[in-house]
Amino acid sequence: MKATPNAGFSRPLALLGVYSILSFISLIMLVPFLWMLSTSFKEPQDIFTYPPKLIPPAFRLQNYVDVFQLIPFHRFYFNSVYIAFVVVLGTVFFASLAGYAFAKIPFKGRNIVFLILLSAMMIPHEVTAIPMFLFMRELNWIDTHVPLILLPIFGAGGVFGIFVMRQFFITVPTELEEAAMIDGCSRFRIYAQIMLPIAKPGLATLTIFTFVTVWNEFFDPLIFINSRHLMTLPLGLSLFTDEVGTSWHYLMSATVMATVPLLIVFFLAQRRFIEGVAMTGLKE
Amino acid sequence: MKDVGKNRRRGPLVREAQIAGWLFVSPMVLGFTLLLLFPMGQALFMSLMDWPLLGERHFIGLHNYRNIATDHLFWKVLGNTLYFTVGLVPFNIVLALLLALLLSKSFKGIGLYRTAIFVPVMTSLIVWSIVWKYMFATDSGLINQVLLLLDIRGPAWLYDEKLAMPSVIVTSVLKNVGLNMVLFIAAMQQVPRSLYEAAMLDGAGKGKSFFNVTLPMITPTIFLTVVMTIIGSLKVFGQIYVMTQGGPSSSTKVLVYYIWEKAFKLFQMGYASALAFVLFFVVLVLTLLQWQLRKRWVFNESDT
Repeated sequence: MKATPNAGFSRPLALLGVYSILSFISLIMLVPFLWMLSTSFKEPQDIFTYPPKLIPPAFRLQNYVDVFQLIPFHRFYFNSVYIAFVVVLGTVFFASLAGYAFAKIPFKGRNIVFLILLSAMMIPHEVTAIPMFLFMRELNWIDTHVPLILLPIFGAGGVFGIFVMRQFFITVPTELEEAAMIDGCSRFRIYAQIMLPIAKPGLATLTIFTFVTVWNEFFDPLIFINSRHLMTLPLGLSLFTDEVGTSWHYLMSATVMATVPLLIVFFLAQRRFIEGVAMTGLKE
Repeated sequence: MKDVGKNRRRGPLVREAQIAGWLFVSPMVLGFTLLLLFPMGQALFMSLMDWPLLGERHFIGLHNYRNIATDHLFWKVLGNTLYFTVGLVPFNIVLALLLALLLSKSFKGIGLYRTAIFVPVMTSLIVWSIVWKYMFATDSGLINQVLLLLDIRGPAWLYDEKLAMPSVIVTSVLKNVGLNMVLFIAAMQQVPRSLYEAAMLDGAGKGKSFFNVTLPMITPTIFLTVVMTIIGSLKVFGQIYVMTQGGPSSSTKVLVYYIWEKAFKLFQMGYASALAFVLFFVVLVLTLLQWQLRKRWVFNESDT
């Protein structure tokens, strides 16, 4: 990180103050995670011990095994992983395709279409969810994964993707395309072989964003899914807070396992993700 | 657009652009029309109907809206939603600004702090809410256990009409404050260094240069985050669903929760659609207001 104006804190006392404020707030952020981790290894009778113990007296790994017997946890996991995979793939493909066209192909009506797409992003999801439910019901797609895959790709998430990708493609110089066109390259080849490789940072940002969003999505699964074996992680966990809820040690080991993939993605892509947030947030 | 017209005579390449352009955008445009625009129209239509899941549908005009106006629970729900928003937004923005201010400098361990504060943003809202429900639990929750160490018998946070909403607000602020923080850090790093040097020459201290340089320079970002955070707060749902289910005695029942309940538990699709349109109008007004006000008082408009 570049140092900003009036960088650093000159006086040691000020520095101490800054460190203590930051440590205090970070602690509030991290303690719930630690408490979750700690409880996930506890024996049921150790949960209520007084005073509270962060380090479990006996590490009970069995909690992690038992969760799979108590609830169809492996199904939640599998569903979440494959839905995220398909949605990311679909969003990246369709959004980059459209983003490229909106940025680089001068076709009639593109400005007005783009404007309509953008303005529709402010429609609250809750408004369209009700007709969507009836629509999916007509098609017999309730209690299937189809809505969970189609809605994010072609809904607000996809439009956001178009917007991000368009920003990236706009910066690519047109000469590059013209040269390829003179060589007889088709538009699709230009998109696939020249533009996509250049837009790798954009694609990465979009991939991470989409993954995080779809992995955490809750409202749609709540509406569209009834069967246990079709539930995704957030829905499955939320519904089992009551059933397993009294057994906090099980619930906590389940939430630990649900959080790990996100944390891995985050630590691998931390820089890019935070920059992506900053960039898209600024450009709105 | 004008260019396109002029270029039309130039032949096959231009015609190719028309075809290619529409082909490239057609999947998204088609999907978007079917899954967003069309349902939007249908939602408006439904809001004017008595529309049970099964059984007869009737056109009833603005009756749903009239019923909403006299629905006592609706006003309570709206009040709760405003309570959540008013409680959360200033708390979130001020904390995010403070954190951004501290973390836009460079010193040892800064990455660690940034990460700690940003990790909840990444985590699933549902997981975060489950964990905080556990933190607030009456007997086994960490908060009350720690209070017990100080010989205080903690309250039943989420089962107390007065405490449930503040508990959810705190949980929500901690979840999302990192997002606004990152936006503020990014904005602060774009403030030209020379402005600070000029301020220093004028004898401004750190506090003064924050209020006279940093704050005015990042107003566009502050404004944007305030509006986005308000819109987000009006749509609060997941944490309520997990932590309180709208209770105790409807004290945390918010608008989206009410919409969900009416639509997908009671299957009053028409009434729920009308409620959703009330939400839509509020969001619409805020968005338009954002565009109008942006032009007026936001300093250094640099948007394209």
